[in-house]
Amino acid sequence: MSGPALHLAVEIDGDGAHPAAWRRAAHSPGQLLAPRRVARVAAIAENAGFTLLTLDDGVLPPGAAPDPVGRIGAVERAAFVAASTSTIGIAPVVPVTYAEPFHVSSQLAALDHISAGRAGWVVTEEERPEAARAWGRPRVDDAGARTRESRDGVEVARALWDSWEDDAVIRSVATGRYLDRERLHYIDFTGETYAVKGPAIVPRPPQGQLVVLGRPDRVPSAQLDVALVEGRDLASVATAAAAAGTPRVLAEVEVALDTPGATAAERVADLERHTAWSDRGRLRHIGTADQLVAVLVELSRHVDGVRLHPLVLDEDLAVLSRLVLPALSGRRLVARPLPGTSLRSALGLERPANRFTAAAVATQEDAR
Amino acid sequence: MTLSDPLDVPRPHAQLHFGVFFQGVNHWTIWSAPDSGSQIDPASFRQVARTAERGLLDAFFLGEGLRLREVDGKIHDLDVAGRPDAITQLAALAAVTRRIGLVSTSNTTFNEPADLARRLSGLDLLSEGRAGWNVVTTDNAWTGANFRRGGYLDHADRYRRAEEFLSVARALWDGWEDGAVAPEVGAPAWSAPGGVHQVRHRGPQFDVDLAPTLPRSAQGHPVIFQAGDSGEGRDFAARNADVIFSGHGNDFDDALAFADDIRRRLRAVGRPDDDLRILPGTEIILGATEEEAQEKKRWIRLQQVTPATALGIAGPLWGIDLSDRDADGPLPKEDPVVSENDSSFGARRIADPRAVVAEWQAKAEAYGWSLRETVIALGPQRGHVGTPSGLADKFAHFVRHGATDGFNVTPHLIPDGLDDIVDLLVPELQERGIYRTEYTGTTLRENLGLREPLTHRSAPGRRQAG
Repeated sequence: MSGPALHLAVEIDGDGAHPAAWRRAAHSPGQLLAPRRVARVAAIAENAGFTLLTLDDGVLPPGAAPDPVGRIGAVERAAFVAASTSTIGIAPVVPVTYAEPFHVSSQLAALDHISAGRAGWVVTEEERPEAARAWGRPRVDDAGARTRESRDGVEVARALWDSWEDDAVIRSVATGRYLDRERLHYIDFTGETYAVKGPAIVPRPPQGQLVVLGRPDRVPSAQLDVALVEGRDLASVATAAAAAGTPRVLAEVEVALDTPGATAAERVADLERHTAWSDRGRLRHIGTADQLVAVLVELSRHVDGVRLHPLVLDEDLAVLSRLVLPALSGRRLVARPLPGTSLRSALGLERPANRFTAAAVATQEDAR
Repeated sequence: MTLSDPLDVPRPHAQLHFGVFFQGVNHWTIWSAPDSGSQIDPASFRQVARTAERGLLDAFFLGEGLRLREVDGKIHDLDVAGRPDAITQLAALAAVTRRIGLVSTSNTTFNEPADLARRLSGLDLLSEGRAGWNVVTTDNAWTGANFRRGGYLDHADRYRRAEEFLSVARALWDGWEDGAVAPEVGAPAWSAPGGVHQVRHRGPQFDVDLAPTLPRSAQGHPVIFQAGDSGEGRDFAARNADVIFSGHGNDFDDALAFADDIRRRLRAVGRPDDDLRILPGTEIILGATEEEAQEKKRWIRLQQVTPATALGIAGPLWGIDLSDRDADGPLPKEDPVVSENDSSFGARRIADPRAVVAEWQAKAEAYGWSLRETVIALGPQRGHVGTPSGLADKFAHFVRHGATDGFNVTPHLIPDGLDDIVDLLVPELQERGIYRTEYTGTTLRENLGLREPLTHRSAPGRRQAG
């Protein structure tokens, strides 16, 4: 195999993957929402050499008391982090179950401009009925309807990203035209529940299209660049990966690592006294850094990468950074992203042709 | 104009506040000049914001458009267009600035309170109390064609929706009690029991029920800006706004009349008449001498009103496609064609085109103006032109007499257009004692000299912002 085989992503929302992670955090609860904290965690992930960080989100509070009920919007955090980092990819979670796809498309395109092409989008769903009450919208109840909203939302966002061709801004002093309107396109999307005219307000993102990540059972694989696959063991991850049908596949892996102060098992047990770490059907590693390296080496035969969900960021991120990533890097299994490269190229994905430009070229060729 | 004796003026200690408006879409931003930079590159935004901060400005201001402008059913191609989502861009600027306010223009018609209030809260927390929200409304179905809701809102309902929107947003911003989050490591619970309140609102526009996810910021709430100029808009501002971004900043008498009207409306709703800042949008053109400033203005106007733009402005007025005419030649001889079905959007409507054309023709004939010269001379007269010293005196007069509290400046060049103002005008203002020499606070609300948020007046036990 040529080149690094494994892309590493890390989820950095809140204080970690465990709902009670805040109890082992190195700061007071109030500091969770401080800008310095947001920037610091991102800087640690970037310095560790991760390809991508993701930021979980949703309109509802992240947890119920006594655990954290506060969370700054993922797009806002992502933009803030983009301005203070330089190489790591940044992907906010944005569900489009109720949100306006036109706004979502603009926000994400803006994030790609702000980060000079390091932006991604994790598509999820607002599943709970409380989300509809928060938005003041009719409930999108069943799984099929939620999938429809995700599919249409991604389709609209992607079409809007193409609605400006790359060279739509022409600044022609001779004719007085700033834009070439022939290179701007109405998307004229009509779905089952809404229609969107276009074109976008934001010029085409630097990557052409942001890297779109999601679960292939929730978003059609043709719309995803990266499938996020789950499974409690290697075999089920491998099966899910083989079925994903997307250009890249990342496995979801929850990790709790031995630290100098306590073993992983002790740390998990400490948090389990307060709240259960609910089983989401994901591979879970509780143990040493070396054992995790072995698991990841094994996974690299089946997937293009993993998204790690550390138990407690303040504890596990340090171990990942000091032991796990260097060990993988030493085996040439991972490489840190290079300055100036887009997230797309860090993941080995092509910059996509613009659908409207491509259509125009095809029409010309047909005419010949 | 000479500087009045400070003791003879109504507001001897009034301070002038500046904002900078990175406008995004308009023909006032000159894109054809060699030193005109990118309108989308993050470096442009960073540079303008940092220059503004160097000049101790109060606010960096972004506009919004939710559909590209069209003329006669075609996308308008002459002006700068294409810009980032405002709150997203401002969240990035929060990371690279320290004191400047970050103001987003965000529409209440095509947003929902749970989402927008939360995004603004996030910006406010990430900037540690520097967020502002310019509340705007839309009523046209043309914009609605980009949204799930479509074009559904009656004109009369747009301010009603805005007001209800704002009241839901404020309830969300007040949903956490101060000190709701545990201040110490090892606390038994992340937030104090009962410290976070569910917000339930049932009204004609919104029916929502949710738990807010964020505490109040260092300034309590984002600062509310408002820009509507109709009687309805002014009343809305008097009831709700902290800052008015008006169009009345050129002529002293006009500005004073507007300010007096706003103060009357403020008193009518029980607010003190210095409870709100009036910052008209303006352009400032500086020269070392009056002649140099006037010469620069001529150059700027010709760059702003290109031949194509002149024809583009005159065309809708005549109701005729004039794009193949000579803008530097005489005015069209034809009478205007008035159509009921205007398919132009995002541009100002003209109430009586026949009267305007008749005036243009008469003046152009009297002065021997070309079409382009007529568009420049008779178009909206905006901005202040002069030497730094002359304009500093003029602005002192405006501010000390209560005609404005300052200006929201639109530079004609991005990203360098603010440099002259910061480097040449600001020192003159400082010499006259009407402009700060350092930031007076850490939040936007403090720097503007505003009181705590409207919902937090005289609430004992609440933290006082500002």
